[in-house]
Amino acid sequence: MNLKTMNKTTRSNFITYAMVIVAFVVVQAMASTGGISSSLKGQLVPICAYIVMAISLNLTVGVLGELSLGHAGFMSVGAFSGVIAAIYFGQTIENTAVVMILAMAVGGFFAAVVGVLVGVPVLRLSGDYLAIVTLAFGEIIKGIVNNLYVGMDANGLHFCMIKNTLEMEGGKMLLNGPMGLTGIPRIATFTMGFVLIMVCLIVIFNLVNSKSGRAIMALRDNKIAAQSVGINVTSYKLMAFVISAAMAGMAGVLFATNFSTVVASKFDINTSILVLVFVVLGGLGNMRGSIIAATVLTVLPEVLREFSEYRMLVYAIVLIVMMLATNNPTLKNAISNFTGKFKRNSGKGEKVNG
Amino acid sequence: MEFLFNLISGISLGSIYAIIALGYTMVYGIAKMLNFAHGDVIMVGAYICFFATMRFGMPPLAGVLLSMVVCTMLGIIIERLAYKPLRQAPALAVLITAIGMSYFLQNSAQLLWTSSPKVFQSVVGTINGQTGLKLFDGALSVSYVTIVTIIVCVIIMLALVTFVNKTKTGKAMRAVSEDKGAAQLMGINVNTTISLTFAIGSALAAVAGVLLCSAYPTLVPTTGAMPGIKAFTAAVFGGIGSIPGALIGGILLGIIEIFAKAYITTQLSDAIVFAVLIVVLLVKPTGLLGKKVSEKV
Amino acid sequence: MGNMVPIPSKGYMKESDMGQTPVLEATHLGIEFGGLKAVDDFNITVGRTEIAGLIGPNGAGKTTVFNLLTKVYQPTHGTILLDGKDTHGMNAIQVNKAGIARTFQNIRLFSSLTVEENVKLGMHNHTKYSTLEGILRMPKYWQEEKRTHERALELLNIFDMAHLADHKAGSLPYGAQRRLEIVRALATEPKLLLLDEPAAGMNPSETEELMQNVRKIRDTFQIAILLIEHDMQFVTGICEGIAVLNYGKIIAKGTPQEVINNPEVIRSYLGE
Repeated sequence: MNLKTMNKTTRSNFITYAMVIVAFVVVQAMASTGGISSSLKGQLVPICAYIVMAISLNLTVGVLGELSLGHAGFMSVGAFSGVIAAIYFGQTIENTAVVMILAMAVGGFFAAVVGVLVGVPVLRLSGDYLAIVTLAFGEIIKGIVNNLYVGMDANGLHFCMIKNTLEMEGGKMLLNGPMGLTGIPRIATFTMGFVLIMVCLIVIFNLVNSKSGRAIMALRDNKIAAQSVGINVTSYKLMAFVISAAMAGMAGVLFATNFSTVVASKFDINTSILVLVFVVLGGLGNMRGSIIAATVLTVLPEVLREFSEYRMLVYAIVLIVMMLATNNPTLKNAISNFTGKFKRNSGKGEKVNG
Repeated sequence: MEFLFNLISGISLGSIYAIIALGYTMVYGIAKMLNFAHGDVIMVGAYICFFATMRFGMPPLAGVLLSMVVCTMLGIIIERLAYKPLRQAPALAVLITAIGMSYFLQNSAQLLWTSSPKVFQSVVGTINGQTGLKLFDGALSVSYVTIVTIIVCVIIMLALVTFVNKTKTGKAMRAVSEDKGAAQLMGINVNTTISLTFAIGSALAAVAGVLLCSAYPTLVPTTGAMPGIKAFTAAVFGGIGSIPGALIGGILLGIIEIFAKAYITTQLSDAIVFAVLIVVLLVKPTGLLGKKVSEKV
Repeated sequence: MGNMVPIPSKGYMKESDMGQTPVLEATHLGIEFGGLKAVDDFNITVGRTEIAGLIGPNGAGKTTVFNLLTKVYQPTHGTILLDGKDTHGMNAIQVNKAGIARTFQNIRLFSSLTVEENVKLGMHNHTKYSTLEGILRMPKYWQEEKRTHERALELLNIFDMAHLADHKAGSLPYGAQRRLEIVRALATEPKLLLLDEPAAGMNPSETEELMQNVRKIRDTFQIAILLIEHDMQFVTGICEGIAVLNYGKIIAKGTPQEVINNPEVIRSYLGE
């Protein structure tokens, strides 16, 4: 296709795809020539996972316009179900890429199921109530996973809650309550992370530029008008929410299979808020912004190691200043006068673009 | 007897939630915003009292008062710097700012006072060397902290209801929460009224912080986070914006939490509390005593 | 204007619409808000291709009638027959699918989306591809997107707005926003179009143009239009039948000529 004949949105989406592909190729090349430090190398998969978390949360917050404070809960569901699946399938399947695809399918599926369970009641609410209930659900998921015991023996998988009462013939414990998952096969690779990002981006962009995506954005802009043209509010809200949850689940699988152990408390409200920070700093509805913010904010603390204790403080200040600068009329004018014509097309990014 | 003990503990914990929930509910009622940082003001209050009494040897009551003064100022400053510029901004922007403020307070506390836990000494002293009352020939022992907490909560609640309903300033607050524009036209200074609401809420947060740490003595920079979230839950539970709702919501939540711990399982008590919130909101989306607001078409 | 024929107790109907099921037949319609009767015993019949007006002083309950017809509020009394079918138990979405589309007094556009997207959203239920076909970009997606794109431009051209297709709806001038709302409503392929103060805020020449366009819409699409308007010139110039509402009750019905000469109508507008 010719770049000039595309409309603005399509062009913007292709720039985002190109950015991700170029970044992947460059990093891959640098990694093979030893151009990046080993600590940064260890960050590559988590960065991919956070990027997927950020763009999927952006679907809920930016595109649907509802604040979710429990996104890490879906990541958790995906991580734990996906890793158990990876261990289970890993017994018989040699190829790690196939195991990964199966694990992601399982993780994404379970996260989507929980997404439906959470979404059906939650999406009847809106605004602050919705936000606080997603937070509550995130904490409930954490509580449940923290008290879940899963073991595996020759007879298959065994589950129990609260106290470890599993009776197994030999076999091994996979998920040990608050101790978390141990002995995870570390099958995640940077390439897998890259593929997952691309798949999620394509799904989101194609969704947004179809009738369903338009319906979702219509709800955000004006619910009553959307109903007046026959758009089913609940089902489109749920659709956005569940797709977002499934992607978070897959991000969880990617994240967890990069480490040998993972505990439920990793996926708490702080993680949800961290991802929200990526989304807000990148711009609501702006997927390219989310990708850049997630990358920069994950890499930066590594680079500025000596300032790491100030990291969260800086996040907090940046978050507040960012909100004030983009939402206070006086400050906004001052900034736009200052930056002048450089800022013509950015701004709040209400409409979704790359 | 165990039931009675749990009930009293529940009411006491609930009283703390209720005092915190008051701050949330008043601010929500007047500024229509979820002040996520409120829980962290509790933590600051507890630290101030800790240093005043433990390090500088101030008497407990003076420590509490100092902590209230500091928190009041902190509340006003937070409102002026972070929330006031966003009065016309979308709710999402304000909420995110409040989350940022919460993080700011937690991390400042961590840098200032480190993350190693401080052992908070109860501000409620002993009587005849006893820390509590023994009832029914010692079968039921209730600590003084528990009793003081419940009494303080009742006093605050009565004072607040009287203030809001009887005084001119209180009426101004209700007017602003009904309709900012109309209140302004009636000559009410909206900005002062909102500041005052934050001031009252933050002073109450200081009291709650001291009571919370007197009952549960471990003080860390994240001490306020969970109680803050639960108290907000309590406020939503009772119907956000409603002062009696905050009391009922707080106490019910405290009882549910203690009973869940005692009779179900400690590990899942938080999950149970949140599950109850969700059920309540589904049955009654505006909480137990909340008003229904519908959009004009 | 067609010849008006009196019908029992319900005012008049256009001669050409007689013998066909009326598109809208509301009887004894009413709603109470906490004991207050906002609309009481409201009756109206709108013929297949009629342009009908609903007028009355401010606060008379006109917009509430629209909200009842479109099920933004569920009526507490009465029945609404749309094309002979009872809409009892339907919600706002189902009523739209059944054939009522509306505009809003306080404009409700999807303001961060483009003009074309707004119109395409009107065609939402007539766009025949699934979410999955959209995500996977199946041939059906391209076909339907092409068709709806062309149709959207066609509809926008009624008001000479096709050149604005790529503009954000929220950035349009006021008058254009009102017109876009009408186009969006039309895109849902209604049998009955409800316009809530379509001429509000327009200057006389714009109003004149709007009158012609409303007639054009009726003639091209062969639909009925019920409109609320304060501009009496507009109402009497375009409507074939008029109902007058005051304090939630119908106080007069008839042809424009009859209504403006009705002493009770004059009284309600000028005060006692």
